[in-house]
Amino acid sequence: MEKMTLQDSNQPNNSPLLNSEADSQRTLYPYVTGTSVIALKYKDGILMAADMGGSYGSTLRYKCVERIKPIGKHSLLGASGELSDFQELLRYLDELILYDNMWDDGNSLGPKEVHNYLTRVMYNRRNKFNPLWNSLVLGGVKNGHKYLGMVSMIGVNFEDNHVATGFGNHLARPILRDEWHENLSFEDGVKLLEKCMRVLLYRDRSAVNKLQIAKITEEGFTISQPYSLKTFWGFSAFQNPTVGAEGSW
Amino acid sequence: MTKQQANWSPYDNNGGSCVAIAGADYCVIAADTRMSTGYSILTREYSKICKLADKSVMASSGFQADVKALQKLLAARHLIYQHQHNKQMSCPAMAQLLSNTLYYKRFFPYYSFNVLGGLDNEGKGCVFTYDAVGSYERVGYSSQGSGSTLIMPFLDNQLKSPSPLLLPAQDAVTPLSEAEAVDLVKTVFASATERDIYTGDKLEIVILNADGIRREYMELRKD
Repeated sequence: MEKMTLQDSNQPNNSPLLNSEADSQRTLYPYVTGTSVIALKYKDGILMAADMGGSYGSTLRYKCVERIKPIGKHSLLGASGELSDFQELLRYLDELILYDNMWDDGNSLGPKEVHNYLTRVMYNRRNKFNPLWNSLVLGGVKNGHKYLGMVSMIGVNFEDNHVATGFGNHLARPILRDEWHENLSFEDGVKLLEKCMRVLLYRDRSAVNKLQIAKITEEGFTISQPYSLKTFWGFSAFQNPTVGAEGSW
Repeated sequence: MTKQQANWSPYDNNGGSCVAIAGADYCVIAADTRMSTGYSILTREYSKICKLADKSVMASSGFQADVKALQKLLAARHLIYQHQHNKQMSCPAMAQLLSNTLYYKRFFPYYSFNVLGGLDNEGKGCVFTYDAVGSYERVGYSSQGSGSTLIMPFLDNQLKSPSPLLLPAQDAVTPLSEAEAVDLVKTVFASATERDIYTGDKLEIVILNADGIRREYMELRKD
């Protein structure tokens, strides 16, 4: 592990301000990570997609991680980044929903409230220099209002008609900006998400061909069984990539 | 496993430009609606303008999460003020509160660059301009954010405010009419958008005058 200290390397390091990484008690970099999550609004609600890979650096360590989870009755949460931090966040949210439920007043937290809560948790942890290493996507429907938002590791948050984390922001969002419209049907929404996931599968090395698509509407949520996309690797440029660009060696 | 990420930073710059112009009986506050990180656009429709009281409006760029925290804090402080005094805070009072709030976090600053515009107790337009740690000044016009280096000299050239060193003190409000000020704001943003990659998508303009508050929008380049 790389040692980071301002002192001479042969001197003992006792200052708490000049800590080496080894005795640090906070996340300085992630261990097991998930890659992009993408989501969009469609006619009746929200659709969200994420693959099921969990990477340990560049090693594909886990191949069946659920990165989309329901929160309460009206929301779906998708996460990329450190998977253990995501699981801790799910415990916070479980408690939040439980305590809200115990009022037994017929009220329940909607996607807007949950998103705001996530915003505050992420920002609070960055203020303590102890971030939850995630990019989060929160979507939901309540009282006829569709809601889709994002929160980053340091608390940056916004709403939009379609969102994507990580590589998805580079590769999927241009496609979404091109093809998204307000009245997408469920079938067209799924097709659009699959198109984005396929691009990510081809170009994002940590993406795996096993994904889940989730939907949430006024009626409730459904998370699909894991499935694969059809791929085609037979392009001549894939088979002999150096044709026409041989180089000097 | 070796470290793959750059060292973590609690800050980000989400870009954006803000402008405010004060006139004799109006104030124009404007900002673009693009939010970026690095070379990526996060969203094309994020409002950087926040109405803090009936006669004070703040436009902020910089780090969005800090800006949001600042807006929430000022909203809470203003609510307490209303309960205690049964009135809206004046724009100069809000200006001092904003300065104090920023300086309170002097050693872990809010990374936000603000202009506060509004009407003072005489109904005259006022603009306050800030740095991230709370230094502020009342001026006739100002610009903050990623495009400010392009916008500010243009405003200087067009509006030629009297030197603050003159004695007796000269009024800083601009001689423009409200419609001229709105046109000028549209021009400076269209220009800044040409060269500043963090400015663009849409322009939001808030106009305060004796009649109340009004909003206008103008499309900007999306590239």
